[in-house]
Amino acid sequence: MPLRAKVASSVSRTAAALSRAAGRGDGSVIGGWIGLKIDPDLLAHLSAGRAIALVSGTNGKTTTTRLTSAAVGVLGRVATNSFGANMPSGHTSALAKAGSTPYAVLEVDEHYLAQVLEATEPHVVALLNLSRDQLDRAKEVAMMAQLWRAALVRHTDVRVVANADDPMVVWAATPPGDPARGINPPHVTWFSAGQRWHDDSWVCPECGSTIQRSGEQWWCTGCPLRRPEPQWVVEDEGVLDPTGAWHKVSLQLPGRVNLGNAATALAVAAEFGVRPVDAVSRLGIVTSVAGRYAQVDKDGRNIRLLLAKNPASWLEAFDMADEAPTLLSINARDPDGLDTSWLFDVDFAPLRGRQVLITGDRAYDLAVRLDINDVPFQHVRTFDDAIRSVPPGRLEVIANYTAFQDIRAELDRVN
Amino acid sequence: MSTESLRIVWIYPDLLSTYGDRGNALILARRARQRGMPVEVVEVRSDQQLPATADIYLVGGGEDGPQALGAQRLLADGGLHRAVAQGSVVFGVCAGYQLLGTSFFAKGVQCRGLELLDLRSDRGPSRAVGELAGDIDPRLGLPPLTGFENHGGRTHLGPEVSPLARVTAGIGNDGATEGAWRGKLLGTYSHGPALARNPALADLLLRWATGAHQLPPLDDTWSDRLRNERRSAVAAARA
Repeated sequence: MPLRAKVASSVSRTAAALSRAAGRGDGSVIGGWIGLKIDPDLLAHLSAGRAIALVSGTNGKTTTTRLTSAAVGVLGRVATNSFGANMPSGHTSALAKAGSTPYAVLEVDEHYLAQVLEATEPHVVALLNLSRDQLDRAKEVAMMAQLWRAALVRHTDVRVVANADDPMVVWAATPPGDPARGINPPHVTWFSAGQRWHDDSWVCPECGSTIQRSGEQWWCTGCPLRRPEPQWVVEDEGVLDPTGAWHKVSLQLPGRVNLGNAATALAVAAEFGVRPVDAVSRLGIVTSVAGRYAQVDKDGRNIRLLLAKNPASWLEAFDMADEAPTLLSINARDPDGLDTSWLFDVDFAPLRGRQVLITGDRAYDLAVRLDINDVPFQHVRTFDDAIRSVPPGRLEVIANYTAFQDIRAELDRVN
Repeated sequence: MSTESLRIVWIYPDLLSTYGDRGNALILARRARQRGMPVEVVEVRSDQQLPATADIYLVGGGEDGPQALGAQRLLADGGLHRAVAQGSVVFGVCAGYQLLGTSFFAKGVQCRGLELLDLRSDRGPSRAVGELAGDIDPRLGLPPLTGFENHGGRTHLGPEVSPLARVTAGIGNDGATEGAWRGKLLGTYSHGPALARNPALADLLLRWATGAHQLPPLDDTWSDRLRNERRSAVAAARA
């Protein structure tokens, strides 16, 4: 590593430690930010010589990164940005403190995938899904798919592990090669994790025709784009691998969506030579991920935290939650997106029959939505009010990003 | 109003439903049912023929590609023009508002609109993203408009349409006026589920559709609280 990078890396680690010691944060961003100021190529220097996997998509990045780290951990120590700090400063921090760790699994914000591919030259990139998320500041879904596709054209040597059930991902993962110039399209391994949300992929990104669906299959009515045959498939409470062997997956994380994330983790680990039979038991050690799925006992209530940031993830959260009293909390601060319109993309009907409480900065937006959805609810001002309003037993909490962090803070920043 | 029930057509949810546009169909249907009107909501995808005999047509927001495609298919279909000729109500939101005009820009190209409203849209110097508020044309007798906008367009009104509102916060058409209306056609940049924050506007569309001069009042406690909260937030941001 060049001297400048060494200095930058060392300063980066110190800043991260100071940030933690000062109680200002978990140090997962600030160190990398300072390091990159000293040496803009620091991420590339820190990546050199490591086998790296990147994990990107709209939903499930943090959890899949955690599960993948556990699976790749069969081979030895794995560096990862486990606090969800998923931009280059977070990657730099994670690698700077990782020492000589030969493996890294990095969660990447979908907007930064091209840049991080360039800097880290990963061995594998996992593409989970693309759906609408905070359009007041984020890219539209079709533009995002186009950015990914353009990035992969420049990195045809990377191994791609991608979701066969999401037409936008399939299109992004299969850029045309250029045989005349000896450029082959990247090698793709497909997984099927199921997809509840379809409302961002009715129109073919290739030709603009309608995409038809029947069961798990989908195909474009105007061009050859269609669902590829997946090599990794969720089946019952386990995962089928490419050889046809079925592995029971015992997760501590709820919901079918996490079985899908487990399948992805096994598929990525396999690209590093990890056999699923060796990795599968390690997936069960993951209990919660930066507060997501964490369970806290307080005042006789067993509180479980579920993060849901956009329509697709709300649908998954309803699937995970037990039939129990449920607190919904919505904010619309910068990290959440300022616009609450998406509440009308979510059908809250699954909550009918449960005791529903609402809170958060934008509880009134939620109130109007639930009223129109014929879901009775009670508005509470504080988290403590919510706890007092439900009987002892399970309380499911579903919240969007900053609302989730607020509640997590009330619970001593549970991980 | 069609004979048996109020028919609401949601035009092309596969193309024009970027952010919660379904909300407007849900809100109109619910407010009509609460007044005892039978309602039928029909979702018409872009590969289907548009029925020309509905009471209210909703055109939602969309990305550039789907907006251009939606306009092309509506022009080819002709159903919306026939419906308007028969006096149906049309409510256009964001991209759906722009495409009711004579022309709009998508992906840097000028596209032909439906020419149902005398207005044209081009690109502004910056994207308009944030709270949108305005005082509605007094002839419509509605409380102030409140909403959220997210668009790159600027819309220029011709003499045959009236602005829906005078802007008090945000950009709307051009920073001065917002939206447009003529007859029973109305469009706004207040995007997505615009009617959630504007129940009186929902009732105006229902009155246009049914010919009723008045509708029984409903319990709008939560919408009122939401409207007040948003008004305070806009005022606080300006202070």
